[in-house]
Amino acid sequence: MSRALILGAKSAIAQALARRLAEEGWDLVLAARQSGQLEPFAADLRLRTGREVRLWEFEVLEGGQVEGLAARVAGECGPFELGVLVFGYLGVQRRAEVDRAELARILHTNFTGAALVLSELAGYLEGKGGPGGLIGISSVAGDRGRQSNYAYGAAKGGLSLFLQGLRNRLASSPVHVLTVKPGFVDTPMTRGLEGLFLVASPEKVAGDILRAYKKKKDILYTPWFWRYIMYFIKNIPEGIFKRLKL
Amino acid sequence: METTPTAGWGLYPVVEARIDHPRHPGELIGLAQSGQPHLAQGACRSYGDACLYERVVSTLPLRHLLEFDPAQGRLRAQAGITLDSLLRFCVPRGFFPPVTPGTKFPTLGGCIAADVHGKNHHRQGTLGRFVEELEMVLADGSQVRCSRREHPELFRATLGGMGLTGFIYAATLRLKPIESSYISVRTVRTRDFAEACQLMVETRDEYLYSVAWIDCLARGRGLGRSLVMLGNHAPARGDEPLKLHSCRQRPVPFNFPEIFLNPWSMRAFNTLIYRHQWRRERQRLVHYDPYFYPLDALYRWNRIYGRRGFLQYQFAIPFAGGLELMREILGHIAAQGAGSFLAVLKTFGPEDEGVLSFPLPGYTLALDFPLRGGGIIRFLRQLNRLVAGAGGRVYLAKDAILEEEDFARMYPRLEEFRRIKRQYDPHNQFRSCLADRLGLR
Repeated sequence: MSRALILGAKSAIAQALARRLAEEGWDLVLAARQSGQLEPFAADLRLRTGREVRLWEFEVLEGGQVEGLAARVAGECGPFELGVLVFGYLGVQRRAEVDRAELARILHTNFTGAALVLSELAGYLEGKGGPGGLIGISSVAGDRGRQSNYAYGAAKGGLSLFLQGLRNRLASSPVHVLTVKPGFVDTPMTRGLEGLFLVASPEKVAGDILRAYKKKKDILYTPWFWRYIMYFIKNIPEGIFKRLKL
Repeated sequence: METTPTAGWGLYPVVEARIDHPRHPGELIGLAQSGQPHLAQGACRSYGDACLYERVVSTLPLRHLLEFDPAQGRLRAQAGITLDSLLRFCVPRGFFPPVTPGTKFPTLGGCIAADVHGKNHHRQGTLGRFVEELEMVLADGSQVRCSRREHPELFRATLGGMGLTGFIYAATLRLKPIESSYISVRTVRTRDFAEACQLMVETRDEYLYSVAWIDCLARGRGLGRSLVMLGNHAPARGDEPLKLHSCRQRPVPFNFPEIFLNPWSMRAFNTLIYRHQWRRERQRLVHYDPYFYPLDALYRWNRIYGRRGFLQYQFAIPFAGGLELMREILGHIAAQGAGSFLAVLKTFGPEDEGVLSFPLPGYTLALDFPLRGGGIIRFLRQLNRLVAGAGGRVYLAKDAILEEEDFARMYPRLEEFRRIKRQYDPHNQFRSCLADRLGLR
C-alpha cells in the first residue's frame, strides 16, 4: 500500500489533492500547523475512502522540525513513497518592501524552508529505494520578477530551480520530481485579491497534478494555458518589461 | 472589507454582503464572540431573503462528514455539507436522506434551519424528525449540544428557526436504509384539481412519496389539470442497484430575455408537459435523481426567469375547506395570467416539532412568479391575506414579500419562538433580512 506525505495540508490545493489521492487508494499523512484543525477533513476522507489518514504537526519556520522529519514520519506512520510540498506564504509585497520580518517570512517559507524540506525528503526517498516521487508546488510568479510580487516570485523562482536541480540529481533513481506552476487558483490565499483572471478551481488543479505525476511530467503549468502566457511574459525584453506595470 | 452582491435562488432581492469563511469551529466561535450581528449562510438555495444579511458567515468551508454508524444509519456531519455531497457518501452504502427537498444543492444546515419537507411529509414529517442532535455555537461563543433531551427548547426553536438562534456547527441525522437507488413511480393524469387532491389523499398509505404537477394556466374545465406522481423506494434489481447520480449539469448560460417567458409560451409549455403522457396511468422505475431533483439537471435554472428574478410562492392550508380555497386561488392566478410553468401540489401530515416549522396538516401548493414590476408583489400580498384568513401559512424559506402582520397570523407559536430566541440570543446577534422584515427578534 502506498502512502503520501502532504506538507501544508490546510491549503485548498493540498486538500483537493489529498481527496484525489485517497480516492485512488493512497494512505495519507497530512502535515500542517495546528494540524488538529484538520481533523474534520481527515474524518471525512477516512469515512469516504476507507484509507488511513494521519495528522502531523508541522511548522516549517520552527527550528528542528525539518531535520529527521522523514524518518520520524516513517517511524510513526509507516514508510511513504510520495512527498508533496504545498505550503507557501503569499505575503504582502508592499509590506515586504519596508518590513524585514515580512520579507524574511516570505523567503523562508517559500524558498529556504521549502528547499530544506525537499532535501530532507529526497534523501529519505533515495535512501529507501524503490519508486517514489516528490511534487513541489511552485508558482507562475516564479517565472519572472514583477514589482507587484517579486519577493514571493523570487522565492518561488528559487524553489523551481531547486526542484529542477533535484530532478537532475534523481534522474537516475526511481524517484520522480514534478514541479507544479499553478496560475491563479480560487483558494483562501487569493480570496479578495484584486486583478485576478482565469481563476481555476483547486479540484481542477489537483486533477492536473495527479495526471501529470502519473505521466511522469517534469514541469506542469496548470491550467495548461499558463505555459504560453508565461512564455510570452518571459520573452518580453527587459528594457520594455521594466517599464510595465504587471 | 469588500462586499459581494448576494441573492437567494429567486435572484430577488440582492443584498451587498460582507462574507466570512470560517474553516474550523474555533473561527466560528471567534465570529460569534465578535458581537457583530450576522447570519450563517449556506448554499443560498432558499428563494427570497431568508439567507441574506449585510454580514454573513459562510458555512460552505465546514462541509465534512464526521462520523458514521452503518448499523444505526446514524451520520454526524458539519452543517455546510450539501445534500449532493451527502448522497455521494450514503447512496453507495445503501442509505438515503430521510427527507429531501426538490434540489440536492442546499446545505444540511440550511435544510435544518428551514426544517425542509419532501414528498413524504404526509407519512414521515420534516427533516427535523430525523435530526437527533445539533452542535451549536451560541451568541456568546459557547458551544452547546442540543437535542430532545438537552436544551430541548433551543433544539425545537432551531429546527425551522431560519438560523436565528445560533450557528449550527454540526448535526447528527438518522438516514433511511434503501435497497436500490430507484423509485418505482406511478404517474396518473387527472382532469382537474379535485381529482388530483382526491387521488393523493386516497393513496396516502400506499405510497411514501406523492406530488402533483398542476397546470394552473389552463382555464375553465381544465382548471388544475395535473400529473400525480406516486412513488416508493424500489427493491434491488439489476447490476447496479445503488447507482449514484451523475455530476453533469446542462448550463443555462445567461439570464433569459424576459420576452421568452410570456403567458403564451408558458401555456404552451404546460400543455406539452400535460400531453406528454398519453395514457391515463403509467408505472415505471425512475432513478432518484430525476425523480427528486428534476431541475438540478439544469445548472442555474433560476436564470430562465430573467435578470429581475422571480418569487416562489408556497403556502399550506388545512384540509377542511382547502380544496375550495385552492380553487379560488388558482382562479385568481389564472385570471392574473401571471402564473408559472407549473405548480407543485403536495399533502402534509401532522405538524412538526419545530416552533416555526412550515407544514400543517393539509394541502401545500408552490408556484413561481417572474418578477415584472410591483403588480405581482401586491397580488401575492392579497393572496397572503386569503391564506392567513383560512388558517394557512406561507413557507419562509421561499418568501421575500410577506408582511409582519400576516406573518403573525400565520405562525401562532411566534411568541414562543421570540421567547426562546431572547433567551439564547439576548442581543439579537443572529439576524437576516427576512427576520428584520418580519420582526423576528
